Amino acid sequence: MNTLVEKYIKKESLPYIFCPGCGNGIVLNATIHAIEALGIKEDTACVSGIGCSSWIPPYLNMDVMHTIHGRAIAFAEGLKLSQPKKNIIVFTGDGDCLAIGGNHLLHAAKRNINITVIMVNNYIYGMTGGQKSPTTPIDARTKTSPYGAMDEPIDGCGVAISAGATFCSRWTVGHPNQLKKAIREGITHNGFSFIEVLSPCPVQAGKSIFKERDSWKIIQRIKENAVVTSKWEGGDKEGKMTIGNFKKELKRKEYTEKIQNLKDEIIYKSNGR
Amino acid sequence: MNITIDKMYCKGCEICVNACPKGVFAISQERNRYGTFFPWVMEKEKCMVCQLCEIMCPDGCINVEMEA
Amino acid sequence: MLKQKVIEIHGEKVIQGNEACSEAAIHVGCKFFAGYPITPSTEIIEYMSESLYKNEGMFIQMEDEISAMCAILGARWGGKKSMTATSGPGFTLMQEALGYGIVTETPTVVVNVQRGGPATGQPTFSSQQDVYQAKYGSHGDYEIICITPSSVQEMFDFTIKAFNLSEKYRTPVILLTDEIIGHMRERIIIPDCIEIEEKEYVKRCEEPFGRDDQHIPHAGNFFEGRNILVEGQLHDEKGRRIGHIAQKSGEFIRALTGKIRDNHKDLTDITYKYLEDADIAIIAFGSVVRSAERTVKMAREYGIKAGLIKVNIIWPFPEDEIYRLAGHIKTVIVPEMNMGKYCLEIERCLKKSKVISVPKLGGNIHKPMELFEIIKKEKNLQ
Repeated sequence: MNTLVEKYIKKESLPYIFCPGCGNGIVLNATIHAIEALGIKEDTACVSGIGCSSWIPPYLNMDVMHTIHGRAIAFAEGLKLSQPKKNIIVFTGDGDCLAIGGNHLLHAAKRNINITVIMVNNYIYGMTGGQKSPTTPIDARTKTSPYGAMDEPIDGCGVAISAGATFCSRWTVGHPNQLKKAIREGITHNGFSFIEVLSPCPVQAGKSIFKERDSWKIIQRIKENAVVTSKWEGGDKEGKMTIGNFKKELKRKEYTEKIQNLKDEIIYKSNGR
Repeated sequence: MNITIDKMYCKGCEICVNACPKGVFAISQERNRYGTFFPWVMEKEKCMVCQLCEIMCPDGCINVEMEA
Repeated sequence: MLKQKVIEIHGEKVIQGNEACSEAAIHVGCKFFAGYPITPSTEIIEYMSESLYKNEGMFIQMEDEISAMCAILGARWGGKKSMTATSGPGFTLMQEALGYGIVTETPTVVVNVQRGGPATGQPTFSSQQDVYQAKYGSHGDYEIICITPSSVQEMFDFTIKAFNLSEKYRTPVILLTDEIIGHMRERIIIPDCIEIEEKEYVKRCEEPFGRDDQHIPHAGNFFEGRNILVEGQLHDEKGRRIGHIAQKSGEFIRALTGKIRDNHKDLTDITYKYLEDADIAIIAFGSVVRSAERTVKMAREYGIKAGLIKVNIIWPFPEDEIYRLAGHIKTVIVPEMNMGKYCLEIERCLKKSKVISVPKLGGNIHKPMELFEIIKKEKNLQ
């Protein structure tokens, strides 16, 4: 066992429920590295919803909430408001965050509340057995789109940026060091951070989207189909998915800070009277 | 330097074999409890301790330690 | 353990039911409110938005009722007492997260100011149609504590009680009131001292979800170094999932329902009047109690031996106590502002008595004369 991973994991819960070659383990490793580099294990809580990606934090030896489908961001907002000084990391998936929980993503981004959302995008509903998700590419044949997916996929980063997220980046699990750095920056960023991770699902997406069962080959395909940009210029560039650190805005004030300022003002006024 | 692979939790996804830029790992002929072939350290001397395998192993099974 | 808290500004006041509820919540130490405006509960969210910031609390207006319920559960794990207030359609949206609150044993208070349903129904009219939704609304086997105030004073007192019970039994508590009580203005007396439940961590439960002899866990809060895993699946004392193990799952459900069922004596709250010699009784809860009480007084003046049973905690159903009080009474009248729901429970309990359901639909409360006519008819008096 890796000594760093061992330090953060409940060993009695192992092995992970993830399939062989699942990208979730890599996201977990990157997060562990980021938390270790910042030294904030005691001051961090993780929240997740339902789905494969939401099984990332329950293995962590930290304060973790494994909540209901799509509502992880809502739980995290409550937790953040009750403990404004602590770091909250939300693990969510493409279906969890963009389908059932889309509304919460919009409003959390709009408020610019200081939570870090890590959305693991594997293009499919893996846990339920390979049904179409909001990010499934057009024409992909899944269990619930046997004649090919008809609707356009949603771009999670596009949604988060247009809703007002102040930190946004997208990487693939084939870029573990960049991902690690992005998560570290997302946690330290004072505002709503949205990090999308393109991840392989060798079992379900492998069957219906990539026609490939080897996890490494899927990672390579995702990597080849991505182009690194430093600024947000839309979801795709020359037919390829844009990845990179898209946005970091420091001007907008953070939500809990705003509330604290307001409280101070109210108390100041009532004392002055 | 010491590279260890935890055979208990390795699921045999072979990501480490491909991810290592120097080709340190190879698939062994032994099966683990999942029934898959797990990797073994074939060419230890090639390792340059980039620790990419550590972070790329989805099950956290690989440990690369520098000798003091 | 109950601890005393002194209220500086106490005494008489004329306020609205919803305001009384909010004020009690502030006094009992509610530090977090998340909600979404819905008629007829809006006064609570309005009051909280103004007063929580002044009282070291946090207020947030969420994007919907689902997230409001989720946020108060999240905030409770952050260590702040939390509540939300809603009405019919919003209460329906909250049910999934309410189930999460029950299975993770999170103390919180949900106020449901009932309006007429189904769907959008009657936003500005009163009803008691959510009686069963309060008990059976979320999926799966669980027990819930549900309190029904019948006056503005009780709205104040029972809000405090709801917080205390939720902390004591570590479960969400529903304060099931209705539009009549919520919007009524009445004189109340704010006491100079209230009692607040402060559960102390018992050392013999090492694990966060380990249970004491009353089946109640003492999980503590986040960021106390306990590394709590709050899991929505059925879980063991460490929070690890056991949903795939049949025997352990069964034991978990038994303990979860047992903590309320086995403590039903403590959770019985019934007040009664004129029962000593009664041969006819009215059993009521919520705003209908007001009509029922007047009816009983009228009947007594008329010479009929009528009695009144007022149920304050309707769930868990106080079976033993109702049987003890009314088992010998020949005729029992159950007026409700719905199609007749709670009367079914009472029928089940009082097998020997004649149980008459008096439904009232459309949003109006029973008039005392209406109930009196029924009593007279039963007594063959005209």
